[in-house]
Amino acid sequence: MEPGPPGGPAASAAGLPLSESEQQRYSELFSRCCPPPEAAAGGSSVGELFRASQLPPDTLHQITEVCGAKRVGYFGPAQFYIALKLIAAAQSGFPVRIESIKSELPLPRFVALKNDGDVRYGTPAELHGVKFQVPHATLEKNSYKRTDEGDKQEPKSPPMSPICSPPASPSTYQRIPLTYGYGKSRSGLEQQHGAPYEVRHTTHQQDGPSSGNYGAKPAHACSTLGRSLSVEREQPDSSAHYSDDPWRITEEQRDYYVNQFRSLQPDLNSFISGSVAKNFFTKSKLPIPELSHIWELSDVDCDGALTLPEFCAAFHLVVARKNGYQLPETLPDTLLPDYLQAASLKPLRDCALFDSYSESLPGSQQTRDFSRTEKTSAEEVPDNSALLQDTKKDDKQALKVSTTVKTIPKDFQHLTVKTAPQEPNALKARPRSRSYSSTSIEDAMKKGEEPPTPPPRPQKSHSRASSLDLNKIFQQNTQAVRSGWLPPPPPALPPRPSVSQTEQVSEVELHPQMNRPPSQAEENSSAKKEVVLVQPPSKPARRKLRTETQGLETPELSPTINVTSSLPAVKPHLPVQKPSSKQKRAIQTAIRKNKEANAVLARLNSELQQQLKEVHKERIALETQLEQLRPVTVL
Amino acid sequence: PRVCAAANYPLYIRSIPTENELKFHYTVHTSLDVVDEKISAMGKALVDQRELYLGLLYPTEDYKVYGYVTNSKVKFVMVVDSSNTALRDNEIRSMFRKLHNSYTDIMCNPFYNPGDRIHSRAFDNMVNSMMMQVC
Repeated sequence: MEPGPPGGPAASAAGLPLSESEQQRYSELFSRCCPPPEAAAGGSSVGELFRASQLPPDTLHQITEVCGAKRVGYFGPAQFYIALKLIAAAQSGFPVRIESIKSELPLPRFVALKNDGDVRYGTPAELHGVKFQVPHATLEKNSYKRTDEGDKQEPKSPPMSPICSPPASPSTYQRIPLTYGYGKSRSGLEQQHGAPYEVRHTTHQQDGPSSGNYGAKPAHACSTLGRSLSVEREQPDSSAHYSDDPWRITEEQRDYYVNQFRSLQPDLNSFISGSVAKNFFTKSKLPIPELSHIWELSDVDCDGALTLPEFCAAFHLVVARKNGYQLPETLPDTLLPDYLQAASLKPLRDCALFDSYSESLPGSQQTRDFSRTEKTSAEEVPDNSALLQDTKKDDKQALKVSTTVKTIPKDFQHLTVKTAPQEPNALKARPRSRSYSSTSIEDAMKKGEEPPTPPPRPQKSHSRASSLDLNKIFQQNTQAVRSGWLPPPPPALPPRPSVSQTEQVSEVELHPQMNRPPSQAEENSSAKKEVVLVQPPSKPARRKLRTETQGLETPELSPTINVTSSLPAVKPHLPVQKPSSKQKRAIQTAIRKNKEANAVLARLNSELQQQLKEVHKERIALETQLEQLRPVTVL
Repeated sequence: PRVCAAANYPLYIRSIPTENELKFHYTVHTSLDVVDEKISAMGKALVDQRELYLGLLYPTEDYKVYGYVTNSKVKFVMVVDSSNTALRDNEIRSMFRKLHNSYTDIMCNPFYNPGDRIHSRAFDNMVNSMMMQVC
């Protein structure tokens, strides 16, 4: 890679000597990362750009720190320029120091950044072939996806397209062996960065279409900037860098998917029934045969229901398809449920709750667009689950709580899972927070009806998901939390949550009793598997008595919000309670799991019974016809 | 050899050597009558056995027809060349079982409406592999 056009001394920015070419490039990059309205570049897009520079993650972290972005929390023009200069320095082999950038340096090289088609960007040999096409596709996807949201990205696509080779080739996205290196390590880094960057990067972000569109939505994961839609969109790009493989789901995308899953099925450990999923995916306006094929690919156990990884895979395929990628004949390895389950376990610790929260809000809006439609239609369906009661917010909350630990209490989009234990609360809190921002989410939550008995998942370390009870409890907790927007629970609380957790865990009822402290405690105990139900033991008992349908809804909203906010604060308190509650938790966990298993089996049984009845009816009808015909034919 | 799953109208038809398609179609349709006859012969009391393999339906001419019907009245008909004597009964049974399993997998797909033509690629792949084994 060679440095870009030699720049003269030129003006300097922010006291930094920048050549003309550098200025040009930097401002261009900056504007890409930072949509006009904002004055600072979004973390995710910046992150993507940084990743594209092909520097090791710690170097990028270093750069981020040195340039001051961490200090101020965002990438302002000065920070951005400094960062770019540092990147150039690093790429030239200089240490990451402020001093290094005082001298003239070649322009930083970013892999697959096709914006200017500059050599500077360095066309990564390995990646490019595929990248070019993928980015383009990604762009397409982005623009496609964004259509309903906004077309910010679309304008970007055109400039990119000339640079990218004909994106159309479906083969490109297939198993692009792109280096995934950045993504994971950078997740934290990138997530911090603003989304705008990512949008630009989508082109070279091979991560595939999904990242483009959906990525944006869930992207919030870490963007510190709670940008509006633009940020959200960009976020997906950042997630893209995780993997240039379009069939790999980035963190943001995953978050988004998990959020969507939650909207359909509050219990992340459970699965979405076929009809619910059908309605949901039908909203994507893909033709039925394609949806049928997607289902075939993603429902690996052929049970007519989608578990979370299956759902993520299906969603990812839908996104890919919408972005122009052809559907593969077989499920890519990165979309296998096993793979996804393992991947989902990785907590998205990187994203700060705050970020996620704020980000999720904007993102959620976008997702809401999609999810709203989905919710309206899909929601009706899931009533098979016995837990209808949980529906409404409770479900959502419960899901959140129980859902994979990973998800951070962000709105739909941010399902980043910070820590398993916390997540349940966070999860609930998140949906709630969203509800504030968008009512649709709440509706969606309601629709998400009760999770049919989530199969025990390894991810759910905090194991709320396992039983509905937990969900309910959590939901309640989260609700309580949200409503209060309570500040992080006081230190006294932590001991309780552990206790309450264990107790509550076993309880299914969703009682909105969860006051803030409980929810917060939950967050604190996020470390604990179960959702820490801060509420005192007596409450769980009450919960049990109550039916699930207790209106968790309203309280849920607040609790979730509180949960999210309190989570960070709560965490420190968690360790205190653990010892005492561990045993209880173990028992609780076992109980929950058994309950979940029972619930699942019961549900299956009821479904099979229904089918059996139908089949019997058919048979009877046919037999009747036969009887009627027999006298005629038998002579 | 050809496979046709039909609830009195073909949902899926596949044949390997592709010539004589029409003849195979005709054969399958006529064999449907035989299947119905066998079903009715079982009687209501033998409901459980409806799902069973129906056995050789039509050994005349230069091919053999095997039938299989499910509880939901979906029939699988297989036409095999008589020259292919390597196929034993239990092989045919296993083939039908595989077909049935694939069919239920298709049913699990919420986007599939019972009665639609079957376009599932997984099903196609399975049928193709099966037919390759035979031919």
